[in-house]
Amino acid sequence: MAKFTAKPDELSKIDFKPPKKGWMDTPVEIKEHMFCHAAKPKELDVVGFPNAHEWRPNDEDWKLPENWEKTLLEGMRDLLGKYRSFRLFMDICVRCGACADKCHFFIGTGDPKNMPVLRAELLRSVYRGNFTLAGKILRKIAGARDLTANVLKEWWYYFYQCTECRRCSVFCPYGIDQAEITMMGRELTNLIGLNIGWIAGPVAACYMKGNHLGLEPHTITSSIEFFVDDIETITGIRVNPTFNRKGAEILFVTPSGDLFANPGTYTAMGYLMLFHELGLDYTWSTYASEGGNFGFFTTNEMAKRLNAKIYAEAKRLGVKWILGGECGHMWRVIHQYMDTWNGPADFLEEPVSPITGTKFENTTSAKMVHIAEFTADLIKHGKLKLEPSRNDHLKVTFHDSCNTARGMGLLEEPRYIIRNVCNHFQEMPEDTIREKTFCCGSGTGLNASENMELRLRGGLARANAVKHVHEHYGVNLLANVCAIDRATLTTSMDYWVPGVTVAGVHELVGNALVMKGEKERTQDLRLEPFPGKEGNE
Amino acid sequence: MGAILSLCAVAALALIAFIGVSAGHLQYLFGVIIPYAALLIFITGFMYRVLKWGSSPVPFCIPTTCGQEKSLPWIKQNKIDNPSTTFGVVVRMALEVLLFRSLFRNLKTQMSEGAKLVYGEAKWLWLAGLAFHWSFLIILVRHLRFFIQQVPLPVRMIEGLDSFMQIGAPLFYMSDAVILLAVTYLFLRRVFIPQVRYISLPADYFPLFLILGIAGTGVLMRYVFKVNVVGVKEVAMGVVSLNPDPKLLEGIGVIFYIHLFLICCLFAYFPLSKLMHMGGVFLSPTRNMVNNSRMKRRVNPWNYPVHIHTYEEYENDFREKMKTAGIPVEKE
Repeated sequence: MAKFTAKPDELSKIDFKPPKKGWMDTPVEIKEHMFCHAAKPKELDVVGFPNAHEWRPNDEDWKLPENWEKTLLEGMRDLLGKYRSFRLFMDICVRCGACADKCHFFIGTGDPKNMPVLRAELLRSVYRGNFTLAGKILRKIAGARDLTANVLKEWWYYFYQCTECRRCSVFCPYGIDQAEITMMGRELTNLIGLNIGWIAGPVAACYMKGNHLGLEPHTITSSIEFFVDDIETITGIRVNPTFNRKGAEILFVTPSGDLFANPGTYTAMGYLMLFHELGLDYTWSTYASEGGNFGFFTTNEMAKRLNAKIYAEAKRLGVKWILGGECGHMWRVIHQYMDTWNGPADFLEEPVSPITGTKFENTTSAKMVHIAEFTADLIKHGKLKLEPSRNDHLKVTFHDSCNTARGMGLLEEPRYIIRNVCNHFQEMPEDTIREKTFCCGSGTGLNASENMELRLRGGLARANAVKHVHEHYGVNLLANVCAIDRATLTTSMDYWVPGVTVAGVHELVGNALVMKGEKERTQDLRLEPFPGKEGNE
Repeated sequence: MGAILSLCAVAALALIAFIGVSAGHLQYLFGVIIPYAALLIFITGFMYRVLKWGSSPVPFCIPTTCGQEKSLPWIKQNKIDNPSTTFGVVVRMALEVLLFRSLFRNLKTQMSEGAKLVYGEAKWLWLAGLAFHWSFLIILVRHLRFFIQQVPLPVRMIEGLDSFMQIGAPLFYMSDAVILLAVTYLFLRRVFIPQVRYISLPADYFPLFLILGIAGTGVLMRYVFKVNVVGVKEVAMGVVSLNPDPKLLEGIGVIFYIHLFLICCLFAYFPLSKLMHMGGVFLSPTRNMVNNSRMKRRVNPWNYPVHIHTYEEYENDFREKMKTAGIPVEKE
């Protein structure tokens, strides 16, 4: 595959004119840099996904298993019976088109099959042809078609060009959620071994080793040791995290990305410093060492299997409640799915902040608190000594993650924290934040490198809003509460808006936090000198 | 293509009624049998579809949250767009069903000079959609006067309001004009907005033409080809009391039968089509659920046990490495 080299100018010339020929008569074209490599059979075998086989998306022959049509249609029938959302969303769309220009992939590609309505029609057409009376009789007139190898390729190509961000669902008059439809579509592709490597690899690693990156227990502790050393260099204080410790009050779970890749690592340092300063009785776990859940991008069952470790570990360690780090899809899963899958968590206690005594009344059943909720409460009660001027060189804007915005509603907590740890905060245009926020462009396991054009196109809408505040208000830092954002927005900013760095909210907290007995800070968490303190070392 | 096909289909339907009544003298078929059949299909079909949706459970709590969650007591929750109580959901649903709140959010996204995305107001679809649905409802309610001997006060009040801007006699109903304009707009946007044209199926044009046909014949009947309204009411009363009188059918103009037949087509087509969004919107899990999934456990009726990689297995895989790293283990 040739390296992707298109410049931003080229990429932002987008043709929105749909082709002359109807979409059913326009076969899918699998374009380079727009798709991810196929999953390796051994990755699927680890977790027992069926029909694992060698294949390549740009090959003509996908080496589909025998009777694949029957497998898919039976799978569809099964899902229609399990999910009212699916059955309803197959039936009630009126194709008003309100969702069309709400999708970041449509905005960035102009490809009409990336309009949520049409992406859904790819599946609906087959649904009509096989499960509805009108479709069976009137066929194409009723918008029905047969399931063919080409239709399947189209499904695959476009269901792996949707990041389940739910922005379309905000604008749909019936709340039709393309995320649900993509989930069903991806369930179907997993029945016949058509997963992508970038998802299947992390799923297999998470299943066996506890986290997506496949960090083994001793690697986790040594990664965190590095952070501890850096924190000591910066503050003169040696923090002392514990692992798999029974009897701790709180289990802390965060996406593994923050243990390994910059700039997530700085967010992890922020957590360590905050917890140390509070004297929090908490533990990390190497077994439940993943907050995120790439299983969620495959099948519901796989997601549940990966998620089960969190409650299991909380029970084994005998903690009172669970605190969760900054992550997007992790929080969709924890907020809307975890208790249903793997609850009831009756072995835990209703979460109470040991520092402020605040009862977290919005999580009395799931018993897991978002760190932004936890920290906002600390700040409100004046429990943290903060020196926001340390972040004065930063002009900060905040990117709402799709999942925490539209699948939870965590909007004010991170903003409250940012306003207290930074002096310069500027919102992006209102149609691009909160429930109308744009995806980073690389969610749902699409943050690979071979699909870079797709990622950058998908990230265009978000980057465009950042560019606006960068040019008008000098914004130079994009804060967020998501591990995937931290990795992918960095790439997107380097491409679209050079000069803007990306950071987790708790990195900013770590910078502003005045710790008891710390030495005079001259460096931020990235070990870069604070402006004006360059010569002090 | 889809538009022409649908237009032809509706014209053919009108022609069937015209020929059937004027040449075939099938007044009884078009005035009694078909309406009964259409109503039967509508009711059973509608119920079947709703029950079919209902037969699939809602395994997870998946509201689309469009505002601040219930969180710490000092953070202001958006109780409607992110409801944590049933009352909030009722308000959210009422706004959705009565005022098309989500559609009201609609924006127009455009790439302007310098590759800059701009977001503009886009309220026309919302306005036309709302105007169409409300005028349809008002017209439906007005028609109750044909089915009830003593016209009830609310119906007369709606008629009074609807004919507020009277232009001569007979009373001019604003809803007649609004529905024609709104449906025409909904049709034109399908034809002229390239993306919307691209996604439009015959099934999108057909109901628009059908409704235009119904409203059009209704207007013609009222303002141009006057039909025997008293006779129509007598027929309608006979039909609703399950005691239709064939003799009464004779003296009514053919335009009435075309109007009625198109209505019957709409009713019979309804449960087979996207028009079921009328029932479906109430069942949409992203809108009708309380966002309380961390407060109250939702039970999935088909939840089943799954294989997981247990801690014991994990420790067996890594015990020595864990011990070397100083991580506590269960079995030494």
